[in-house]
Amino acid sequence: MPAAPLPLEIRELSKSFAGRRALDGVTLSLSPGEILGLLGPNGAGKTTLVRSVAGRVRPDGGTLRIFGMEPFRDEARSARGWVPQEIALYPLLSPVENLWTFGRYQGLSGAALEAGIRKSLDWIGLADRAHEKTEKLSGGMKRRLNIAAGTIHGPRVLLLDEPTVGVDPQSRERIYAMIGELKAAGVSLLYTTHYMEEAERLCDRIAIIDHGRIIESGTKDDLVRKTVGGRQTLIVEAASALPAALAAELSRRGGQVEGAIVRMPVASAGDEVRGVLDRFHGANVPVLNLTLKSPTLEQVFLQLTGRELRE
Amino acid sequence: MSLALAVAKNRLFNLKRDRAAFVLAFVLPVAFFTIFAAIFSGSGRSATNRIPVAVVDEDGSATSRRFVAGLEGEAGLDARTAPAAKKGAPQPPAYTAATAEQAVRAGDLSVALIIPKGFGEHPMAFAGGAASDSGRSTLRVLADSADPVASQVLQGLLQRVAMTSLPGAMAREGMAEVDRWSGGLTPEQKARMDDVLRAIDAPRPPGQPDPPRRATSAGSGLVAVDVKDVVGQAKRNPLVTFYAAGLGVMFLLFSATGAGGALIEEAESGTLDRILSTRVSMVTLLLGKLVYLAAVGVVQLTLMFVWGWLVFGLELVPHLAGFALMTVATALASSAFGLMLASVCRTRMQLVAVANLAILLMSAIGGSFYPRYLMSEKLQRFGLLTINAWAIDGFQKIFWRDEPVWSVWPQFLVLVAASAVFVLIARRVARKWELA
Repeated sequence: MPAAPLPLEIRELSKSFAGRRALDGVTLSLSPGEILGLLGPNGAGKTTLVRSVAGRVRPDGGTLRIFGMEPFRDEARSARGWVPQEIALYPLLSPVENLWTFGRYQGLSGAALEAGIRKSLDWIGLADRAHEKTEKLSGGMKRRLNIAAGTIHGPRVLLLDEPTVGVDPQSRERIYAMIGELKAAGVSLLYTTHYMEEAERLCDRIAIIDHGRIIESGTKDDLVRKTVGGRQTLIVEAASALPAALAAELSRRGGQVEGAIVRMPVASAGDEVRGVLDRFHGANVPVLNLTLKSPTLEQVFLQLTGRELRE
Repeated sequence: MSLALAVAKNRLFNLKRDRAAFVLAFVLPVAFFTIFAAIFSGSGRSATNRIPVAVVDEDGSATSRRFVAGLEGEAGLDARTAPAAKKGAPQPPAYTAATAEQAVRAGDLSVALIIPKGFGEHPMAFAGGAASDSGRSTLRVLADSADPVASQVLQGLLQRVAMTSLPGAMAREGMAEVDRWSGGLTPEQKARMDDVLRAIDAPRPPGQPDPPRRATSAGSGLVAVDVKDVVGQAKRNPLVTFYAAGLGVMFLLFSATGAGGALIEEAESGTLDRILSTRVSMVTLLLGKLVYLAAVGVVQLTLMFVWGWLVFGLELVPHLAGFALMTVATALASSAFGLMLASVCRTRMQLVAVANLAILLMSAIGGSFYPRYLMSEKLQRFGLLTINAWAIDGFQKIFWRDEPVWSVWPQFLVLVAASAVFVLIARRVARKWELA
């Protein structure tokens, strides 16, 4: 029995604009119920990739399949949802009217459309403001409505393009909860973001794209292991600048000393931390703060692309 | 003060960057001045814009032929004894009273002149003369009351032409008056007078110029003229029909273009991208917008005409079928035009500038502000490039000339064909928003 087609399968996808290569052989896939974070610096090819999956860019080469279907087929359009980064809604229409419009455009009608609108309004918490003009809603509400407009037809693959840009922490939590519910319902998500903590928290896997290629992908732990290694960082803040002898010894052991602060890579938290603290005690230098940091995605990203994510 | 100047300079920076505002501020006024100057300087019945008049000589006498020749030589008139021949087609037969009236009814001409049988025997009478109303022939003018200027000017020119082209008849009439009031001429005097009159009426040898003619005031009229409005004689307010159609079309174009601009807003907000990722294709989107715009246009024109019917006595009810046909065609063409403009423009501001320029220009030369039949023939032909002209012509046929519904088929077809062309252009240009 042949394996069921994946929600999203991309092989060797390429696309050039006016001689500039935006996608240069992208290969990635999305499993059922999986959230794949797509990270990359500006101009890396994220937008072109997302727009290709959304059926808004025709690739020059390679294949892109949604549940085994060409992305331009009606069945693929129904299976796919897209939440663009912009608030792509009609500001003068009410949430109900916006949802009616996009539900209808996705082929819903009659009772299914009515049910979709009701369910969406409840889901995004806007049932009580269903008939106000969308332009009167808060930024967070518009973001939630933007998501609902892309999901009203019940897609099985969803493209979420920076869905939390410009929203307050409370609204962001609410959006995270919505994303969790989508995942729980079995929806596969391709998620682009500039927020590392968001990617770490939400995504099952992360793909890092640069110069039109996926340069690394995997779980966060995979990426850390492959790039910055598994070592944690011990940060010790002393009460005063370190004596020269102590600073020299810690530097020999791989530490970075800046005034009263030392950053030491440690493989195993217990023994090594005790050893470092003993040295401070021996040199009679009081310790004010002690922090043990695991490697971050930010470090992975920096190592892979040589750039900060927000560059 | 210096800060105020800084604010002013900031606006100047903006103006320099905003080409649409620049066009609205500087190009549009000059363009409009030029258009209106061209329309009004080319009209007003100047020598370059003669009044076309169909002339029917039912008399066929030497006098009536001289009178017709005089009319043909009159600088203010474009006297035609037969319709103009179409390229490659044989010369159509001369006008008869019936075909001339038909030509006026159809709007081919604003006036026609019928010279009745017997005109040559007694063409004129001096005002106040005893013979003035005894047996004097009466010229018949058939007029379209939508163009009152044409029949007024023609009446004046008929008197002038009578004086300048029929000197013999004038002298004869004068002598009759002298004979009557002087107690009678002797037979010798009468014989000499007849010789002189024959000499006046005799054809001049070629090369010998006519004696100088001087127009004089004809007082209450040498020739009797009876004017009959063959079009619009029963209409309560001739201009209502014209303005309902003229302004209706113009505002339809404005509203269709404005509403068509939603396409640009959708493109700018990212909504268009989202729409095109759904099951809605660009063709479906454009057709949907066209249906909406045309429906709104039909409602707009209907409102306008219903208002004209209720308030100004426009005869809507007897012309419902023709009105429906022309309204649908006009709304469709205006909507397609608006959609095309919106597709061509990149920003809303650009659309505003282009639409203002295009629509006001079309309305000016297409006859929304000023009837086309009062413009020069060249401008009238040029006006046929506009939606306004075809729409107004169609509505005028129905409401003003009371022509049957089927008579508007050229206007209907042109407007529908123009709609198809506009939609095809819009579709072609809208590719810029489709797949990258």
